[in-house]
Amino acid sequence: MTAPAIELKGISKSFGPVQANKDIALRVMPGTIHGIIGENGAGKSTLMSILYGFYKADRGEIFVRGEKIEIPDSQAAIRSGIGMVFQHFKLVQNFTVLENIVLGAEEGALLRTSLGRARALLKQLSEEYELHVDPDAKIEDLGVGMQQRVEILKALYRRADILILDEPTGVLTPSEADHLFRILEGLKREGKTVILITHKLREIMEVTETVSVMRRGEMTATVKTAETSPEELAELMVGRKVLLRVDKDAAKPGETVLDVHDLKVRDGSGVERLRGVSLTVKRGEILGVAGVAGNGQSELLEVLGGMREGKGKVFVNGEPLDLTGAKSDARTRRKRGIGHVPEDRQREGLIMDFHAWENVGFGYHDDARYNRGLLMNNDALREDARAKIEKFDVRPTDCWQKAKNFSGGNQQKIVIARELEREPDLLLVGQPTRGVDIGAIEFIHEQIVALRDQGKAILLVSVELDEIMSLSDRIAVMFDGRIMGERLPSETSERELGLLMAGITDTEHDHTVEEVEANLAHSSGKAG
Amino acid sequence: MDKLPKWADVALIPAINLALALIVSGIVVTFIGQDPFEALVIMVNGAVGSTYGWGYTLYYATNFVFTGLAVAVAFHAKLFNIGGEGQAQLGSLGVALVCLSVPWPHWTLALPAAVVGGALFGAAWAAIPAYLQAKRGSHIVITTIMFNFIASALLVYLLIGALKAPGMAPETVRFPEGARLPSAQEVLAVIGIPFSRTPLNVSFLVGLLACFGVWLLMWRTRLGYEIRAFGHSEPAARYAGISPVKITMLAMLISGGLAGLMAVNAVMGEQERLIQDNVLGAGFVGIAVALMGRSHPVGVLIAAILFGALYQGGAELEFETSVPREMVVVIQALVILFTGALDGMVRGPLEKSFLRFSRKPKPGVPAE
Repeated sequence: MTAPAIELKGISKSFGPVQANKDIALRVMPGTIHGIIGENGAGKSTLMSILYGFYKADRGEIFVRGEKIEIPDSQAAIRSGIGMVFQHFKLVQNFTVLENIVLGAEEGALLRTSLGRARALLKQLSEEYELHVDPDAKIEDLGVGMQQRVEILKALYRRADILILDEPTGVLTPSEADHLFRILEGLKREGKTVILITHKLREIMEVTETVSVMRRGEMTATVKTAETSPEELAELMVGRKVLLRVDKDAAKPGETVLDVHDLKVRDGSGVERLRGVSLTVKRGEILGVAGVAGNGQSELLEVLGGMREGKGKVFVNGEPLDLTGAKSDARTRRKRGIGHVPEDRQREGLIMDFHAWENVGFGYHDDARYNRGLLMNNDALREDARAKIEKFDVRPTDCWQKAKNFSGGNQQKIVIARELEREPDLLLVGQPTRGVDIGAIEFIHEQIVALRDQGKAILLVSVELDEIMSLSDRIAVMFDGRIMGERLPSETSERELGLLMAGITDTEHDHTVEEVEANLAHSSGKAG
Repeated sequence: MDKLPKWADVALIPAINLALALIVSGIVVTFIGQDPFEALVIMVNGAVGSTYGWGYTLYYATNFVFTGLAVAVAFHAKLFNIGGEGQAQLGSLGVALVCLSVPWPHWTLALPAAVVGGALFGAAWAAIPAYLQAKRGSHIVITTIMFNFIASALLVYLLIGALKAPGMAPETVRFPEGARLPSAQEVLAVIGIPFSRTPLNVSFLVGLLACFGVWLLMWRTRLGYEIRAFGHSEPAARYAGISPVKITMLAMLISGGLAGLMAVNAVMGEQERLIQDNVLGAGFVGIAVALMGRSHPVGVLIAAILFGALYQGGAELEFETSVPREMVVVIQALVILFTGALDGMVRGPLEKSFLRFSRKPKPGVPAE
């Protein structure tokens, strides 16, 4: 029997009182794709960081191809043939593909030798694994899918035969993700070992052979993918049964609440991020805006939420909104009945260093009920915080904890509690479940649907296609600052939405991956 | 959980920093052939060993309270106001103009007017860099430091011109008798406590009031809430409808006003006329005071008293021994270096050792 490509025995790692990894055992056989799945904070990333030499385990042993080794730093990991593709790429933006690939692995005093070698290898690899990349293109001109390929090539150039990918599909369109999986299959055929870290059950089911589930720092199970189901995996991740589909009745749309006409936004450097967006949202419906991150969805939410200025016409309940000037700020928007769950709760929605009770009034701190004359009524804030913590099941239940000490899901519950409690006529929601664990996702989705059923209008922006498909009553797809089309969830498919997300409106015919990529690269070159 | 318990953050770290500074100072003193322990005794005795020492210590501390609070308020908005020096100089101009323009019948009337004058002039001097930062994005560190030089030049210009008193020196005439603030000696004599003749005066109480006022502002008012929110995250402030321009302006105006108040103590309480160098680096010490006091009014007060003691003790050391004046400055600089700049050097290892002690798994981190 062959030795496992990687074997971990009794790996433990603590950060102070928090035990991130508890006595982890893992065996990954060579030439397989092994999935590691778990909620946020389950310890997946910590475990992989130990394997890549970023952290040192408190206890435990690491074997690579049957040999016990120490991995004090990432150089050692690379020497042992371990390569890592991070969620956030580590590429030099104004270097070419080739320069990025040899960076840190140059041989000799002259660049020319390494570049020549890299070019030859690149040609060979691109033929073997469908890893087509123009070696002389600058990184900043490439789309995210391409950039990810460069990261994979970087690892292969360093002779990695064990490749770890951390949440690789977070930034990809469905067709790009499919292509990535084909690349991984190719690598597997060549005898390479792939470890895929993800929280998406669908991906695990599609490409892996074995899957390990992590929960709260422990490896709860390792199973053959063919012998399990998404429901079982979800249960293993959360520790109880979870509803994977959103349970909701058909929408009963009423009169129009939000009416957007030809909305345009320029960013600080003068690039047009919204190029004339028009859409409407009615009472009692959820309009989902799908799209690959960076195609103007953030700007759409920000301009509607009063965080940046724009041009065009926007009406809420028939009354125009100011898009520039003093009355275009978030405070005025809230007074007009617009709630906003922002995309980035840690940077925008919460003050991480504030106590939970200081955060429940954030944005509404002018409300009479939080004030007593000139001074703020901190007792009222704390009382309100306790009520919301109880109602929205926020844990820990201590309103004196700072926001940064809550998990992602609980932070989001604080934001949702604050924005939903005021029963806004229009709720803007950005990435409601990003970085949120499955258990809390269920809860947050229920809350959003409940608000819809109260007859409120909801504009939902998410890069998670599954979420858009299951929550929305109507779907608008954004690409390069424009709405490419609107579809009903019951009458569309992921494939069709994927093409729209890549800017291809002719969804009747088949398109090659190359076409999709060319379109994406074209747009990101323009926007970047 | 925070990484350190609160008491360690506010008391232990400054204490360790101070001890380190004193040890290094002791080594330096030994090198120049003096007994470090004797020097320490002289410094401590000189600063707090008598009512004379206390008087000077608290007089200096009053200056540092104002400049320290000024830096602290700006810090909360993540603005690094290093223009306390210039704002205090302009404040001194404001105080002098108030004192000289009216024949004040009694100090109880002159003091509030001087407070307003000093604060307004200090705030006005901070307003220009604040506006440039808020509207044009000019970095506040650069502009405030340039404004220090401009303030100093402006003062010289006025003191050799429009405001100059007859005679040789570049200074104004003495303030009228009615604008003279009672000293601690006079105040305490009323209730029968003997106190040495020192420059300590009723402005000290103004300083305490300012500490309370800043606490009230930062932790009990909407404005303070908005300043702190803006300081932690500008995108979050925009999300909450807090105007970055407004907060930048207001935080700097308050900061400059507090720096300007220093003149009430130094110019009105001690010098009793406007002279050229009336701030003497207190604006910069305020940065160290705010850092060491972790931008909290109570911390600022304690740190200000510590630095006051250091100033006074240093002066005694220079007087009593052959430790040169420059050496005293070196010791003060070491304290600033260790408490301000090298804070992280102690913090890191201390956090680690605290973590090691609290290693026992806590029942916290509950399930979702």
